[in-house]
Formats: sequence, C-alpha cells, structure tokens
Amino acid sequence: MFRNQYDNDVTVWSPQGRIHQIEYAMEAVKQGSATVGLKSKTYAVIVALKRAPSELSAHQKKILPIDEHIGISIAGLTADARLLCKYMRTECMNSRYAYDQPLPVGRLVAMVGNKSQIATQRYGRRPFGVGLLIAGYDEKGTHIYQTCPSANYFDCKAMAIGARSQSARTYLERNLDKFTDCSLEQLILHGLRALRDTLPNEVSLTTKNCSIGFVGVDKPFTIYADDNVQQYLQMIEGEARSSGAGTEEEPKMDQGEDGGGSGMAVDEPAPGGPDPLD
Amino acid sequence: MKMSLIHGPLSNVCGVKSNDQSEALSTAGQCSPWNHTMYPSVTGTSVLGIKFDGGVMIAADTVGSYGSLAKYRALSRVMRVNDTTVMGTGGDYADFQFIKSLVEQKVIDDECIADGFSLNPKALHSWLTRVMYNRRSKMNPLWNTYVIAGMQSGEPFLGYIDKLGVAYEDKSVASGYGGYIAQPLLREALDAAQRAGTGLSEAAARKVIEQCFTVLFYRDARSWNRFELAVVTKEGATVSTVNARSDWNIANIIQGYE
Repeated sequence: MFRNQYDNDVTVWSPQGRIHQIEYAMEAVKQGSATVGLKSKTYAVIVALKRAPSELSAHQKKILPIDEHIGISIAGLTADARLLCKYMRTECMNSRYAYDQPLPVGRLVAMVGNKSQIATQRYGRRPFGVGLLIAGYDEKGTHIYQTCPSANYFDCKAMAIGARSQSARTYLERNLDKFTDCSLEQLILHGLRALRDTLPNEVSLTTKNCSIGFVGVDKPFTIYADDNVQQYLQMIEGEARSSGAGTEEEPKMDQGEDGGGSGMAVDEPAPGGPDPLD
Repeated sequence: MKMSLIHGPLSNVCGVKSNDQSEALSTAGQCSPWNHTMYPSVTGTSVLGIKFDGGVMIAADTVGSYGSLAKYRALSRVMRVNDTTVMGTGGDYADFQFIKSLVEQKVIDDECIADGFSLNPKALHSWLTRVMYNRRSKMNPLWNTYVIAGMQSGEPFLGYIDKLGVAYEDKSVASGYGGYIAQPLLREALDAAQRAGTGLSEAAARKVIEQCFTVLFYRDARSWNRFELAVVTKEGATVSTVNARSDWNIANIIQGYE
C-alpha cells in the first residue's frame, strides 16, 4: 500500500523489511522467456525458449558459453546478462591463465553473487535485472546453479526460471529421481519436455525458438541450435503434454529486454483434477 | 651492505643505480624513488627434489648465508603448503618470506571458502611461474629458485621455477649448486630403478638425497650439514629434520689443508 514511498532507491527499506527495487528486479526475470536446467551424474543440460521481438527479427539468443566447462542461459534483461557473461568469461580465462586449471563452478557463481550484491546496496546503482542458470562441470562433478538479481545463488538439482516456469518446475520435481542416471539424450528430452510445459496450448517447440546447451564428463560446453535441435524435437513429438500453461497475452515489449511476457505468470490449473502423466 | 627495497613499479629511467632512497628523491623527476633488486642478501643454497614410487620428496639445508658468513643456521627453507603440496626455495630469503605469506593467505582463503577445492601443486606452480615471470619482466625479480612438489590427482608432481620465470617439471630437480653436484646422482638413482624395472622406493629416494647432501656439504662452501626433508604421499605431507653424515678424516691429506 505504501510501496511508492519506499520503492525508488535500492538503499531504502520498506517498513515491512523489504527492498522493493530488488523485488522489482526479480520481476524482470519472471518476464523473460523460460529456461530449464537439469543434471545427471555425468552431464549438465540447459534448454531455453527463444523469443522473437517481432516476426521480422531473429529469436533472441539465450544460451551463452562461458568457458569450456561452463555455460549459462539467461532470463530477463539481455543487456545486463551480457555484462555478467563478459565478467564470467574474463574471470574464467584469468583463472585458467594463472592456475592452469578450470575455475571451479561454485567459485565463479560466488563471484557473480558478490558482484551482483554491490548493486543491491550502493546508492545510485540498480540490481542486475537478469537471472542465470549456470551449467558446469568440474572435479566435483556436474552443477546447475541459479542466480538472482537479489544476489542470492542456489545450487540446484534442476531448475526453471522465466515466464510460466512453474509448470516446468513441477515437471522437474515429478521426474527428479530419473535424472541422476540418465544418458545425455534422455536428459535433453526431459529438459525439452519441461520447457514444453511452459508453452501455451497453441504454441509448440520448433527449431527456431528452442536451444540446448550441455557440458559433461567428456564434452566441453556445446550449444545446439536451429537444425541440431530437430532430432530431439522429433523424439518428443508424439508425446502428450503433461499440462499446458493456458493461453496468455503477449504485451508489448518496451525495454529491449529478453522479450515481454504476461504480467502475471499463471501457474498450472488448480489441483484436484487427475494428472495425465502419473 | 645496503639493503635495497624490493618493490618497484617502473624501470630505472635515468640509468643511475642509486641505492639510497633520499638520493633518488633529491633527483626526483629523473629517478624513480623505488629501488630494483640488484642482488640478494640473506640467501639459501641448493634445493633438491626427487619423485619416487607413490610420492615425491624435496629437501633443503637449514642455513641462511649472508654472503660468505653462515649467519642463520636454523632457517626453514621448506614450507608445507597443505596436505598435498610442499614448496622449497633457494636464493633470497626475504623474497621467500614474501611469497610464503602470499601462499599462506591463499591456503587460508581456501579454508574459508571450504568447498572441497584446495591449492594443488600444479596450480601453485602455474601461479608462481606467472608471478616470477611478471617480476622479471618489470626488471625487479624475486631472487629465488622454487621447487614445488606434491600429489596432483593421485600422481606425484615435481616442478621448478627460477627468478627468470623459467619453469618446468621433471622426475628430479635441483637448484643452485645442487644442479651440478646433486642432479647427476639423483638421475643415476632414477635411471637405475628404471633399468631394474622397479620404481624408486621412498627409502631409496631418501638414501640418495642424504648422499647428495653429504657431497654438497663437502663441495658447496655455502652449505650446511643439517637439512629439512619434506615428503608428500597420498597419506599427506610431512617435514622432518635430518643430519647429513660427513667424514672429514681424509681432509688433512688434501692439498691446501692448513
């Protein structure tokens, strides 16, 4: 109710103990198109739904390589994402040069968190309006991390962020046990299924709007986009979807961010009905 | 003997090598107020390293020489970095103390992060090479030779770095006079073990190291007969002190004996 007095600067607390600017920044992540990350013992996979600002333009790239053993996918303000991506690449490169070994994924994520935190506490700055899903492989195995504009970061078994991502998270939660011993191919298919669940009924995954990134025990971080995605889409083609997210309006984009999305991310239909997958 | 400061950003532009800071300041604008390392002061002599079956060991005697004076006779030139890594040094002792404090801080940082990753020998070797080369390139070297040893992913690691930033790995390394006197003995031991088809055992490695220090004490005029031995195996890293045996009974029949 009194939000307007306390939401102009990131250095201002509200009487409820919240910093509204940070919450608004996290809203920007929820507006970005969905992306899903999951891992097995040997591979970490991220898949992303690419949005096109108009029919004339290309679909916005969502998955970015960081180093041979790390890649990220973004949701939110693309420009902020590019900045963090550049930072991560520089840190990885410097570490490899100094120590002749890959930077442990968790340490890189902590560095991103520390950098993001400054923007949540310094007057005149604003939080980064982007959430990342980081897929990496190091001596301790496979990793999926999530970072937020709040500068929190989370070590995840699997995660989905962006518009209508709750449906994807539900799919991931339901199938979590299957991931650990999956093959790379099966893992990618699970990711695509989770991603498909974030789509409205009339929209489907195509080679244009979907990209895949993976890294693992014997593979450096690789991105599959366009035609490379076709083989995996074909494998899940016939399957029934576990749930559609319902029809949503796509409002106008005005910030050049990752693409607009619905104001409210509508979750799955209310529980109580029979679940088709189980 | 004047002690010169070892930190300095830029080259000595005017070409006048002044060792006195006030002299430099009085001609400020022409000379940098910082001095560049021209010579070491308290120095350590050889450091030896050898790989054996299941581990690696390095050793260095415990004397710090002030020129020809054996000034500090209980110096430790070997540092236990962590469970998997040890580091030994020859050359300027103050420069070693500087690097030692940087490495100790790295170990503390690893302990604070506590993510299961800790400094391993290859990483330390790579990082230190970069530091040494960088200082050399600024014409202000850290006047040291380092031997880094440890277990790298279950395999023994042994590396060498000198003040020029020259760095390499080998089955046996030696710095200073050790490179001339001890290295042939170390290599002979390794070759014999290879020809026999067995690896070099820890006991045999220790024996050849002790033999090397005996010979070094006879021949290197800046050496000492007590040395520290650091052994790293998959069980961990330990540092112990050993007395080198020498027999000077024949000394009086050598030409020049007074």
